[in-house]
Amino acid sequence: MLFKRLQLTRPRRWPALILTISAGLIALMMVLPLGYLLLRTSEAGDAAWAQLQRPTTLRVFTGSALLAITVTAGSLLIGLPLAWLTTRTNLPGARIWLGLIMLPMAIPSYIGAWAIIAVLGPRGLLQQWLAPLGVERLPEVYGFWGAAGALILFGYPYIVLNVRVALRKLDPALEEAARSLGQRSGQIFWRITLPQLRPALAAGSLLVVLYALSDFGAVSLLRYSSFTRAIYLQYRASFDRTGAAVLSLLLVGLACGLLAAEALSRGRARYYRSSAGVSRQAKVVALGRWRWPALIFCAVVVLFAVVLPIVAIVAWLIIGIRSGQAWNLQLADFGNSLLAASLAALVTIVLAFPVVFLAVRYPSRLTSLIERATYVGYALPGIVVALALVFWGANYLPWAYQTLGLLILAYAVRFLPQAIGSLRTSLLQINPRLEEAGRSLGQPPWRVVLSITLPLLRPGIVSGAALVFLSTLKELPATLLLGPTGFHTLATDIWNNTTELRFSQTALPALLLMLAACGSLALLLANERKT
Amino acid sequence: MKLVRSLMLLLCLSMVIAACGGAATPTAVPAAPTTAAATSTTASAAEATATVEVTAVAEVSPTVPTTTTTEPAGGSLVVYSGRSESLVAPLLELFTKETGIAVEVRYGDTAEMAAQILEEGENSPADVFFGQDAGALGALSDRFVQLDSSLLSLVDPRFASSEGKWVGASGRARVLVYNTDVLTSTDLPASILDLTKPEWKGRLAWAPTNGSLQAFVTALRVSQGEDVAKQWLEGLIANEIKVYESNSAIVKAVANGEVDAGLVNHYYLFALKKDQPDAKAANHYFSNGDIGSLVNVAGVGILQTAKNPEAAQAFASFLLSETAQNYFTEKTNEYPLVAGITTNPAIKPLSEITTPEIDLSNLKDLQGTLELLQDVGAIQ
Repeated sequence: MLFKRLQLTRPRRWPALILTISAGLIALMMVLPLGYLLLRTSEAGDAAWAQLQRPTTLRVFTGSALLAITVTAGSLLIGLPLAWLTTRTNLPGARIWLGLIMLPMAIPSYIGAWAIIAVLGPRGLLQQWLAPLGVERLPEVYGFWGAAGALILFGYPYIVLNVRVALRKLDPALEEAARSLGQRSGQIFWRITLPQLRPALAAGSLLVVLYALSDFGAVSLLRYSSFTRAIYLQYRASFDRTGAAVLSLLLVGLACGLLAAEALSRGRARYYRSSAGVSRQAKVVALGRWRWPALIFCAVVVLFAVVLPIVAIVAWLIIGIRSGQAWNLQLADFGNSLLAASLAALVTIVLAFPVVFLAVRYPSRLTSLIERATYVGYALPGIVVALALVFWGANYLPWAYQTLGLLILAYAVRFLPQAIGSLRTSLLQINPRLEEAGRSLGQPPWRVVLSITLPLLRPGIVSGAALVFLSTLKELPATLLLGPTGFHTLATDIWNNTTELRFSQTALPALLLMLAACGSLALLLANERKT
Repeated sequence: MKLVRSLMLLLCLSMVIAACGGAATPTAVPAAPTTAAATSTTASAAEATATVEVTAVAEVSPTVPTTTTTEPAGGSLVVYSGRSESLVAPLLELFTKETGIAVEVRYGDTAEMAAQILEEGENSPADVFFGQDAGALGALSDRFVQLDSSLLSLVDPRFASSEGKWVGASGRARVLVYNTDVLTSTDLPASILDLTKPEWKGRLAWAPTNGSLQAFVTALRVSQGEDVAKQWLEGLIANEIKVYESNSAIVKAVANGEVDAGLVNHYYLFALKKDQPDAKAANHYFSNGDIGSLVNVAGVGILQTAKNPEAAQAFASFLLSETAQNYFTEKTNEYPLVAGITTNPAIKPLSEITTPEIDLSNLKDLQGTLELLQDVGAIQ
C-alpha cells in the first residue's frame, strides 16, 4: 500500500521514508509498556491462566467497558452542545463560559472525587445545609453512577476542545449551500455540520474512552471495580506483578477493540475545502429565546464540574486557617510543575508531528497502525506505564533513570494521543494542494512545512499542547516513580497531604495547580482569538 | 511564531521559579545549604537541579562530629520511603544531623515502591527501604541482606523478620474507631469476631482494598484457620458493612456520622484531629490477646545492591535509636518498639494491649487473602 503510493508520488519519497522511520521509532517507544507486560505475563505461565479464569476478571472486563461507554456517551452529550454554544452562537459571556467549562481539566480526578464525596456524600456539605429541612442523609454517591458521573465531569472538556477546533475551521459554504437548497437549521446540523465534525468527535471520544479506562482517582475513591482499580489492587494487596500484567494486557485488548471501532467509523472522507476560494468565519447563530435554557445548561455543568470542587477546596483552606496551621508555600514545586508540564507539552507535540503527518498525508495500513500503537500508553493505568519505564530505564538506560529526561519521556508515552488527536483533526482540514503548490514553486519540503503547514496547524498544535500540559500537571504515578530524587510537583504535594488526611494542606497546592492550568487555558483562548 | 515564543516564555518562567524556589524550600534535600541553591537563581533549571544534586552528594555537615567517619563511596545514602514526607522528613534531618550522612530520599506508596524495587532489580539505586507494612517488607525479603543480630535483638522477635531480613521500627495497632455521639466505650465488643452480630448491622465500615486490613485478614487466617476467617468476612458482608477506599476515608466518615464505627489503624484518628480537633471520634482497642488488636509495623530493610552498606547500616540503627523511637511515639503517635522508651500518653501502651501471638513475617500469603476477599465478594 505504502509503496504504491510512494511510487506514484516519486518526488515525495524521501520525506515519506524519513517520516516513516521516525514515526516507527516513536511508535516503538510508545509500545515499551506493552513489551514489559508481555515479558511479565510470559514469565507467569499457569498463573496467568488462573488469573484469566477468575470470575472477577470477567466482571472487571464488562464493568470497565460499560463504564467507558457510559462516560463517553455522557461526555458527548455535555461536550458537543457546549462546544457549539461557545463557538457558533451569541451566548452571553461565551468566552467566560468557555474558560469555566474547560476548568475541570485542571482538577485532578483524585481531588475532584474527594470533593464530590465531601459535598454530595451521605453526610456531606449539602446534607449539612439541608439538615434544617430534615434531610438526615443523602443517597449514596458511591458505585457505578458516582464514578461515571465524576469521570463525565472530568472528561467532557476533551470533547469541547476537539470539537471547537473543528467548528472554528468549518467552512460555512457547505451550510450556506444547504440553506439555499431549503434545508432547515436542524437538518443542516444533522446532515452537514455533524458529519463534518466526525473526526473531532472521534478524536475527543477516543481520549475520553481511554481516560475513563485508565483513571484511578475517581474509580478508587468512588469505589467502582474497573480494570485500573483491580490492577492497583494486585500491586498493593499482593505485590503480584504478573496478575497485574495479565489484567493490564486485557485492558489493552479492550482498548484495541475500541480503537478498531473508531477506525471503522473514520472511513476515507475528506474534510478540507476542495474548491477555489477562501473559507470564511461562520456566521454567528442568534439564540433568541433559547438563550435562557442554554445559559441554564452551562450554569448546571459549571456548578457540578467547577464550583463544587472549588467549594470543597476552599472549605479545606478555611479549616486549615481556622486550626492555625503553618503554611509552606511550595513555590519550588510550582516551578517544577510548570517546567515539567511545558517540557512535556513541547516534546509530545514534536513527537506527535511525524506520526500525524504520516497517518493523514500517506494513509495506509502501516501508517495507521503506527498511529494506533501510540494509544497503548494512554489506555493503561499510570502505575503500569510508570513501572514499565522503571523496568526499561533502570535496567537498560541506568544513566537516564530518574532524570528529568526520562520523566518527560514517560509523560510523552502517557499523553501522546492527546496531541495526536488534536493535530490530526487540524491537519485533516488543510488541503494538501496548498502544500503541493508550495513545492511546485520550488520550495524544499521542510520550508513548505514551516511556512505553510505549521501556521495552518496552529489551532491543533495549541490545543494539543494545552491538553498535554494540563494532564502532566496532574500526573502522579510516573512523577513519583521516575522523577529525579527530591523532585516535588504540586501533584506530589497534594498526594502527600491527602495520604496523611491533611486536607487543609492540599488546598494550597490544589489552588496553585488550578492557577497554572488557568494560565494555559488563557493562553489557549487568546491564541484562538488571533486565528 | 507566537506559540513558540509563549512556550519559551513559560519555560523560562518556570525555570526561574524552580530556581528561586530551590532556595526557599531546602526540605527537598535535608541540610542543603541555602546559599548554594541561591547562587543558582539565574542559572538554567538543568543547572539548578544539578546544583541540588551536587550539594546532596557533597554535603556532609562538618560541624557535627560523627561516629561513622567513612565517607560513603557512592555518595549519599539513598532511602526509598514508603512513608510520607510530612511524617518522615524531619526524622531524616535528625539522622543527617547525628551521623553527618547526607540522605537522598524518594517518597511513594509503600506497595508501589516495593514493586519499583523489584522492577529495578540489580540496578536499584536504593540503599534502604523504609516501608510501612510488614507485607511489603516481606515481599522484598529476597532482596534484603541479613541484618546484624545486635540490631534484631533490640525489638521483640515478633516485630522483625524471622529470617532477620528486616526489622520493625514503629508499631501500629488495629482498632475500631467509633463516633462518640452514637456509641460509648461500654457498647463496644471485646472481640473483633463479635462484629458479625446482628446489632452491628449497617453500622460498620472497612477498607477491604487496604493493606492493613488485608494483613489483619491474613493474620486471622493464620491464627484461626480459613473457615473462621471466611465466616467472619461473610458475617460482616451479611451485616452490610460499608466499603471505603482507605483508613483515612473511614475515619472521616465515622467523624461526620456517615457510619458508627470502622476498622482502622490507631493513628489515623490523630491525623484527623490535627485538622478537626473536636472530631467526634475515638479509638476502641479490642481486649487482651484478641486477634483484633494485631500490631503491624513500619520497618526497614537494607538492599543487597546497596552502594553504601555502611551508611545503610547506620540508618537502620538510627531508626532503633532513642531519638527516632521518641520521634515515632511523639510525632506520629506510633508505638516505639525498643524497650525503655516512654509511649506517648495519648495512645494505649503496647504493654496493655497484649497482642495476639502472630509472627508478622508469617503473613506472606497475601495472594490467598486477596482471593478469599474476592471469593466472598468483599472486593469485586
